[in-house]
Amino acid sequence: MKVKYFAWVRERIGKAEETVEPPASVRTVDDLIAWLAGRGETYAYAFETPRVIRAAIDHAHVKPDTMIAGAREIAFFPPMTGG
Amino acid sequence: MTASRDDPMTAAVTIRIQQADFDVAQEIAALTKARTDVGAVVSFSGICRGSEGDEPIAALTLEHYPGMAEAEIARHAETAMSRWPLTGLTVIHRVGRIVPGENIVLVVTASQHRQAAFEAAEFLMDYLKANAPFWKREEKPAGTSWVDARDHDDAAAARWTRS
Repeated sequence: MKVKYFAWVRERIGKAEETVEPPASVRTVDDLIAWLAGRGETYAYAFETPRVIRAAIDHAHVKPDTMIAGAREIAFFPPMTGG
Repeated sequence: MTASRDDPMTAAVTIRIQQADFDVAQEIAALTKARTDVGAVVSFSGICRGSEGDEPIAALTLEHYPGMAEAEIARHAETAMSRWPLTGLTVIHRVGRIVPGENIVLVVTASQHRQAAFEAAEFLMDYLKANAPFWKREEKPAGTSWVDARDHDDAAAARWTRS
């Protein structure tokens, strides 16, 4: 699946998007955050406070316990500050 | 992205995300042009301030999530259209670098009567601030930093939720 990062999540990880293939044990958005955080220092830094991270699956906001099966694109970003 | 329905006497919805500035008067005129059923137009402009508290701000840079930003605004536009008797609405959000005094965002709502136009404009702005995927970065004398989300923006959006 494709993963996208925005704002300071993108800056901390050092890339805007990538394709990842998490193991089958990674079932929810929360699981994916924990799995990504284990991929290296930059990821650990980006996801150091998981509760502030917002997620979207295929352009719609989702909660941390949402299942990721079937997702084409998952995005992680800080709380929004537009308007 | 632009999604427009221009037939007079049907509701016109326009959503644009763009780097360029917009002309408020022109956007208002577009919602009343060639129709006689509009009795009220409300417009809200969000403008870049030159300071935050005591600190001067040289500029803001707006980042967005292309695709999702349009989808979120469209979803809330649809909700507004179904909840209030609007004859049209326009939402324009700029991205990129914006300096103090420049426009950031525009919401225009048109209706037969003022109450629907006022309420729908406020609803759209509250939802946009809390839910549309845009992020502001400020340029201050000490360097640049991402703007922190404010809890009261979430609270403002939540008050429109029907129990």
